[in-house]
Amino acid sequence: MNMMTKATMLLLVLGTAACTNPNRLGGAAGAGAGGAGAGAGFDGGLAGSASDPTSPAYFSQAIGDRVLFAVDTSTLTPEGQRILDGQAQWLLTNADYRAVVEGHADEQGTREYNLALGARRANAVREYLVSRGVQSSRLEVISYGKLRPIEVCSNEACYAQNRRAVTVLSFSAITS
Amino acid sequence: MKKFLTLFIALILAGPVAAQNGPLRLTITDGVIEPITFAAPVFEAENAEAVQVVNNLNRLVAQDLAGTGLFREIPANAYISQISSFAQPIAFADWRAINAQALITGAVAVSGNQMTVKFRLYDIYSGQELGGGLQLAGTTAGWRRMGHKVADAVYSRITGEGGYFDSRVVFVAESGPKDNRQMRLAVMDFDGENTQYLTDSSTIVLAPRFSPSGDRILYTTYESGFPRINLLNVSNVGRQQLQTAPGEMAFSPRFSRDGGSVIYSLSTGGNTDIYRSDLATGQFTRLTSAPSIETAPSLSPDGSQIVFESDRSGTQQLYIMSANGGDARRISFGEGRYSTPVWSPRGDLVAFTKQNAGRFHIGVMRTDGSEERLLTASFLDEGPTWSPNGRVIMFSRETQGEAGTSALYSIDISGRNLKAVAVAGAASDPSWGPLQP
Repeated sequence: MNMMTKATMLLLVLGTAACTNPNRLGGAAGAGAGGAGAGAGFDGGLAGSASDPTSPAYFSQAIGDRVLFAVDTSTLTPEGQRILDGQAQWLLTNADYRAVVEGHADEQGTREYNLALGARRANAVREYLVSRGVQSSRLEVISYGKLRPIEVCSNEACYAQNRRAVTVLSFSAITS
Repeated sequence: MKKFLTLFIALILAGPVAAQNGPLRLTITDGVIEPITFAAPVFEAENAEAVQVVNNLNRLVAQDLAGTGLFREIPANAYISQISSFAQPIAFADWRAINAQALITGAVAVSGNQMTVKFRLYDIYSGQELGGGLQLAGTTAGWRRMGHKVADAVYSRITGEGGYFDSRVVFVAESGPKDNRQMRLAVMDFDGENTQYLTDSSTIVLAPRFSPSGDRILYTTYESGFPRINLLNVSNVGRQQLQTAPGEMAFSPRFSRDGGSVIYSLSTGGNTDIYRSDLATGQFTRLTSAPSIETAPSLSPDGSQIVFESDRSGTQQLYIMSANGGDARRISFGEGRYSTPVWSPRGDLVAFTKQNAGRFHIGVMRTDGSEERLLTASFLDEGPTWSPNGRVIMFSRETQGEAGTSALYSIDISGRNLKAVAVAGAASDPSWGPLQP
């Protein structure tokens, strides 16, 4: 119930944002301070219903827009590979979309190293998606290191959620 | 940014000052130090306009000195004799009787927005002046700088080392919740005063670094959407993107010692290496080429070597290589991970962050990795920066949990005198600039 309320509120907020930034479907990369997005999980909802398999909402909710990593690694887990198989399939079917893969780290580490680690994670995802047939020109990577946690407690329950790579969709209006 | 004052320093006394200092000398070592006791009677106000500032100035000098932990002030209510005039002879026996080892006297004159400060330092036990009298001139708005300069001169004459009070620190001012932190570049005096903001909070900024002369600042910004390095001119706050080697992300910049080039990290294809770019020509050189993460480079004072962190062994460790790249030798061998190395201004030590058994530490080691000493321990300490004289380290400390925030702390390299820097609001990523001219 709580989740539903939260989701609805986010839809309202992001719906407003979408008016000023029509090409972006959430995520931090284009959102200035990276404030709004950084992967609340419901970002895609503004662009359709999760029951519509061609919608970004379906991508983020039904397939999953993120994969998680073990401490200090960028190795994709079998679960992560399954999610990325779904992402790749979706991207191949919905060729009008591009994506920025955001790499993140938990707070247990120094800033510089975590930036580099986030870059490794984002690249692991990009490489996997490319290996599944997605054109590399449709994928960009960015790392936020430990600067944009989604969970704020200081224990493993939160850290596990923060060690992530999130695939943030955008329209590919300008095709190359 | 406003230039607060132009300072000049002149010897009051003509003629050569005795090169040989008196016996009052504090040699700073790692052992237990008995603080030098000093008395700093309120400076003489040479005219009515100076009355207000003398007390503030005098308190600032005392606060700077006592704040080092190397000096202890004798309170005014213990004084036997008073100093009513800068020119009057010193009754050394009266100061000796209250165990003052040093006496600082001064006089201030104010005219409109200009002021002059004179001061003398006396070695009570030898009954002599230590060094010559000094006179500083500047604007009344810049009175703190003059106070810091007086304190620097006292510190320097007694310890034989350079001071660090008249210096500035660039840092990241933080606000907002942990999952939506707003960050602005800011610069302040070393004691947290006179904060000025250099950027707004519209994008992520991190890890600013002063140039050796303090005129420019390098920092990492997400303003283009991706991490890039900006070069900011302190005097007019003008900024431009640094031309780096091509790559996905550029970060962790530092100036070369001559200020003419920048060493930094570049990530591409998930691999992070160290590069150098010449500021004038934009020409770049790749200095490392391992598939591991190489970052946080810092040059030796003579510019010949670079200390950096790498996880080529499996975890983050410290390495030293030639400033031109090539083979690197590992210098950290203790338990845990080592990161963010910074070469000391004296060249003898490397300060670092260490992560071990769930705790973070700021530490120092010699450049061959020997004599490692951990100075701090907390949930999260990171990012050391050296005072201009290499005696003090400032760093970020973050508290844990949902309400966790970051603050700046400083500590002597002896491990003593840990204290919070009085910054208004949360702060991280300090970079200590040079002693101001």
